[in-house]
Amino acid sequence: MKAPQENAPPRSTFSRGPCGKRRSAARGGEAVAGWLFVAPVVVILGLFLLLPILMALWVSLTGWNGQGSPFRSGVPFVGADNYTSLVAEDGLPRQDFMTSIRNNLYYVFLVVPIQTALALGLALVVNQRMLKSKGFFRTAFYFPSVTSSVAISVVFLFIFANSGAVNALLGAVGIDGPVWFNDSRGLIHLLLDTVGVNSPPGALANHDVLGLSWWDWLSGPSVAMCAIIALVVWTTSGTFMLMFLAALQNVPQQVEEASLIDGANRWQRLRYVTLPMLRPTLFLVLTLGLIGTWQVFDQIYVMSQGNPAKTTLTPAFLSYRTAFKDFEYGRGAAISFVLFLIIVVMTLLQRWILRERKS
Amino acid sequence: MKPIRRTVIAVLAAGALLASAACGSGFDDDSSDSSEQRSGPVSLQILIGSSGQAETTAVQEAAAKWASSSGNTATVTPAQDLTQQLGQAFAGDSPPDVFYVDAGRFADYASVGALEPYGDKISNPSDFYESLRTTFTYDGKFYCAPKDFSTLGLVVNTALWSKAGLTEADIPTTWDQLTSVSQKIKGSGTVPLALGETRDRIGAFMVQAGGWITSADGKTATADTPENLQALQYVQGLLKNKYAEYPKALDAGWAGEAFGKGKAAMTIEGNWIKGALQADFPNVKYTVHPLPAGPKGQGTLSFTNCWGIAAKSKNKDAAVKFVEAMTTAEQQLTFAKAFGVMPSRQSAGAQFTQQYPSDKAFIDGAAYAQGPVNAPKMDSVLADFDTGLQGLATGDPKALLARLQKNTESALGQ
Repeated sequence: MKAPQENAPPRSTFSRGPCGKRRSAARGGEAVAGWLFVAPVVVILGLFLLLPILMALWVSLTGWNGQGSPFRSGVPFVGADNYTSLVAEDGLPRQDFMTSIRNNLYYVFLVVPIQTALALGLALVVNQRMLKSKGFFRTAFYFPSVTSSVAISVVFLFIFANSGAVNALLGAVGIDGPVWFNDSRGLIHLLLDTVGVNSPPGALANHDVLGLSWWDWLSGPSVAMCAIIALVVWTTSGTFMLMFLAALQNVPQQVEEASLIDGANRWQRLRYVTLPMLRPTLFLVLTLGLIGTWQVFDQIYVMSQGNPAKTTLTPAFLSYRTAFKDFEYGRGAAISFVLFLIIVVMTLLQRWILRERKS
Repeated sequence: MKPIRRTVIAVLAAGALLASAACGSGFDDDSSDSSEQRSGPVSLQILIGSSGQAETTAVQEAAAKWASSSGNTATVTPAQDLTQQLGQAFAGDSPPDVFYVDAGRFADYASVGALEPYGDKISNPSDFYESLRTTFTYDGKFYCAPKDFSTLGLVVNTALWSKAGLTEADIPTTWDQLTSVSQKIKGSGTVPLALGETRDRIGAFMVQAGGWITSADGKTATADTPENLQALQYVQGLLKNKYAEYPKALDAGWAGEAFGKGKAAMTIEGNWIKGALQADFPNVKYTVHPLPAGPKGQGTLSFTNCWGIAAKSKNKDAAVKFVEAMTTAEQQLTFAKAFGVMPSRQSAGAQFTQQYPSDKAFIDGAAYAQGPVNAPKMDSVLADFDTGLQGLATGDPKALLARLQKNTESALGQ
């Protein structure tokens, strides 16, 4: 094994020398051709993605009232006013925005880990070589993902209705189920209630951060939000299961066999062999999950419209409501840009946490 | 890779700039052409927020009749989401000529100059109910003709009423009587009252107590008053004693559904409940009565739409003629027959009561009805108030009103 490697030329000279030369000499004309090939996509992206984003950015800096074009001379330019009303000024807009951020934070913190873990679990199960009728299970698990989210939302409305399936099941084991979509109590508040804390301690109720008291920030997701969380976890885990499954099938069998020979047990194989090889997929799933959960809109629109008591209000829905129901187009656009920033920051943060650590 | 990415971004940016420059002239609003009016036969675009197929058909038939007699064409389009579609049409400078304007939205449109104030060009404007004209008046100008209206009434389920041992004579006319009959109904094992959890229902109690969210001219916030507090405390009492339940707790989308399913003996709803019960619960027997009077007398809420005409319409003259034809007493009675609304002209009132005696309580409500809050930028404030009302059973009414007062003041720019 050792001898031929020593005789072979160093890898670097082998690849660098001839290739580098050819690129500089012959590829000048190819660059033009390359640009021509990508031109349609560049034009389409510019026209339908970049340009609308820039237009929205402009709207977020104006006090446009929705009459005529926002690019006329008469439209008042208000600078960062729309943004400061969201974060700096005490008032209803900031309160609504911060409430929506709180709701979405709890939503993200619950949905992303649960759906990732569930998707990984399903993928591991479906990937078992012993499993019979794999095709059936794959289809069954993936099915919710290909169904229209609006249709599923409506079905869930029935399932979680007061006399629906969920409460009937809970009733069968003697639990009096909540009125799911009318229940604005937060989970953490409910937990505190069981240990006897049912009114906010003064220290939490009297101190505000960004327009919401500590007690409100620490409410936890409301019961209504939990129903939506259950729905989203159920629908998206199928998609992510497919990604994990594809990655699992790329794990070479030899590696697994080698670990078996080394005497690794089931858990060790998963923890030290399979999971490290899934790292790129894990990153993909977490990123997509993070972005998707911060943008949640259709389930909210169909199921709750932000009710009860604003506990299912999310920034994406608030942006829509502010612009198209309250006619505050500037503030609506500003919310969407703040949301964009949040998503970018969260993704960078997650990338930093999941980075390859060189020991 | 790095330099290529930078070039891509540069190209995208340049493309975007070019495109926006090219579009710029197209977006620009040519102010001269908005006032230019067309003569000769015109084509009117009419956007309606229809309550259902019956209304769409009725309006389409009426529009076709007008079109053939006047030599114009009129296209009626039912909107999926009227507010959003109108918002987009105004932003795109291509609003429909005539459209429904919800009373709660009216001030938003009027304050930005989207509506043509044509109200006084309609013949005999004082024939419209006073409260409806006030609803569609902004800055002293009567903007648009009320299409029709609805008021709230007390709807009573006959079977559940007699099951509780109550008779016709027990129909409550005051708050105290409402409490005492509720007690009896609850004793018979039925939920007494299904009450919608919004200011559009609970607000009626505020009117009965002599209060309201804003002053009559819509310029001052009057939310935090003893009258409003008294009303909310009374409603809170109903909720706490389980004399009243919100529809969601009764597994219904709205109070009318809970009432139709027989889950509550009474509800407070408008005359739309008639059509809804007929369609979904045809076997439910019920009667309609005026809402119980509060400490300051009778009070109810009115809901209405008007025929808005776009300030940017090129066919305003024809549009006014169209609205004229739609708001004659005769046409309003046709609409009343087709989809159960009440005519907004007083001259049609007598004939309406004669044809629909069971709706007398609804139409009599016009005399003491309060219209929606008539001020712009109030929608999110009122939505916030609704949020508070959802938690009224355990909440603090005083804090609720203080919050409403503060938000209303800032929305009105006080």
